[in-house]
Amino acid sequence: MTSAPAIIEADAVCMKVRQATLLDNVSVQLRGGETVAIVGPNGAGKSTLLRLLSGDLRSTSGAVRLKGRDLTSYASRELANHRVMLSQHVNVSFPFTVEEIVAMGAGDRPRNAAASLVDAAIAELDLAPFRHRELPTLSGGEQQRAHFARVLVQLACGEADHGPGVLLLDEPTSSLDLRHQINLVETAKRRARSGTAVVAVLHDLNLAVRFADRIIVLRKGMVAADGNPTETITDKMISEVFEVETSIGSEGGQPYVLLQRMQ
Amino acid sequence: MTTAEAKSAASRPLATSVSMRPAAFFVYAVLIAGVLAVALLATTVGAAGIPLPRLAAALGFNIANADPAMLARDELVLWSIRIPRIAIAGMIGGLLALSGAIMQGLFRNPLADPALVGVSSGGAFAAASAIVISDSAWGASFRFMQLELLPVAAFAGSLLTTTVLYKIASREGRTSVAIFLLAGLAIAAIANAGIGLLVFVADDRQLRDITFWLLGSLSGATWPKAGMVAPVALLALLAIPLIARGLDVLVLGEAEAFHTGIDVQRLKKISIVLISAMTGVAVSICGVVGFVGIVVPHLLRIVIGPGHRMLLPASVCLGAILLILADTIARVLAAPAEVPIGILTAALGAPFFLFILLRQRTLIGS
Repeated sequence: MTSAPAIIEADAVCMKVRQATLLDNVSVQLRGGETVAIVGPNGAGKSTLLRLLSGDLRSTSGAVRLKGRDLTSYASRELANHRVMLSQHVNVSFPFTVEEIVAMGAGDRPRNAAASLVDAAIAELDLAPFRHRELPTLSGGEQQRAHFARVLVQLACGEADHGPGVLLLDEPTSSLDLRHQINLVETAKRRARSGTAVVAVLHDLNLAVRFADRIIVLRKGMVAADGNPTETITDKMISEVFEVETSIGSEGGQPYVLLQRMQ
Repeated sequence: MTTAEAKSAASRPLATSVSMRPAAFFVYAVLIAGVLAVALLATTVGAAGIPLPRLAAALGFNIANADPAMLARDELVLWSIRIPRIAIAGMIGGLLALSGAIMQGLFRNPLADPALVGVSSGGAFAAASAIVISDSAWGASFRFMQLELLPVAAFAGSLLTTTVLYKIASREGRTSVAIFLLAGLAIAAIANAGIGLLVFVADDRQLRDITFWLLGSLSGATWPKAGMVAPVALLALLAIPLIARGLDVLVLGEAEAFHTGIDVQRLKKISIVLISAMTGVAVSICGVVGFVGIVVPHLLRIVIGPGHRMLLPASVCLGAILLILADTIARVLAAPAEVPIGILTAALGAPFFLFILLRQRTLIGS
């Protein structure tokens, strides 16, 4: 494991809403260049952790630090230069075109300055045929790709001025077909290679293995496992955390998961 | 993507949803020409209309063989009746359309309109209370105060209703279309019940003031009234650049707008105060005038797209065109009597609202 300092870290964060404890003393450190998948059963606190890292939510106790500074000390505008986030459901009720949505990632930068970034993101996500289509008329997967392109433009704008940032993805493949799932994973990994810390909440363990060089397993608001795929994706872990029986195979040195039955 | 794929994509029938936006210069040129055209129309038609040949003289151009008596009469009508009325109609129309467009952006809902969801009624209730209370407490000697008192009261009433509506309709940064519209309905009912109560307790003179004003008319347009509206209109125009980009991104949702770097709380506060001030001053001048705030932004989105940097200023222009036109129709329809303008806009706007509702059924059903 590299010894580079973390770009973003959660330090003993707890998140309590009324009686319920959503996250209990979670500490994670994420370095630039890493691709990290957060997995776990429903209600394990995956989205909550991501929303804490994004600054959406504030932890009940503990701290989140971005580039060494407490996250709460950033103004929203400043924060947008260092971390970008793709939410799970984005519902647009006005007829903005794909191009207009993607360009929103550039913030208030002049249109010309961001035009090439917008073009690049549209091409990278296979969106050229939909460029001038209105977003509400597209399928869920096409909309999801448009929002991912928007987030990539924001990331590129921020990184151009402030160096590598943090890319947070909440179930980014939930509406995508297989081809675009792979494309999204590859696109995210390219960002990591240029220094971005990429964190994604994923449900599909096989996709997580393909995407991530590190997997964090959450269970009931606590970190159940944290390490590379071969360390974390094991029969024992899956039966304990997900309560299903699986057979784990190995292909090219990476594990894969075959679901068998419920326990 | 290969060229073959590009060709097949391009040949797919996308006509209904492919959007090419017209150039900004062209849109503004058409809209401003439209404002001038309806203003010209409004001066020439109706009771005491000034036909075109006499208009130039009345406007102060040196025209040979103008009949001096006719000229004096034309000048009086033009400068102390017609022009203030057109100016007020234009400004109020612009404010109504702008407050509708901002409200739709803030609530992420193309069906929002201050008159529809009780904000205008809240303002009207506060203004009607001000009429009754000031008259009962201080009597006729303070009637002159109503010019200043009504807008302030209506602004306060609108601000309260908008804030309450926002608190009810949004939860964790999401606003529910159904809850928003239903809550607005309830708020409008409460405010209208309050107005009904005031009408019930008011004495004859107060009653005349309330009803005359509630029906909504621009017939009492004067320069001092125009002077009341102008600062709010100017302020609203200056505020457009502050909120336009924020409202664009807010379409994605509150959390997403925050992720993109928008100070969402500030944006919401500015928008709510603006909506309330614009609705308040409009209500205080001509009562509750509905549907301009829905019809105008909706038509414009079809042509120029939903981006607020252009939608907001364009709404001001088209709102002005629509209300000057509606006021002219109100003057002409039953001349020399006048149809209350609130009734006219409701009669024309409500069917249009139903038309939007049918077109967007899928959107609202979710």
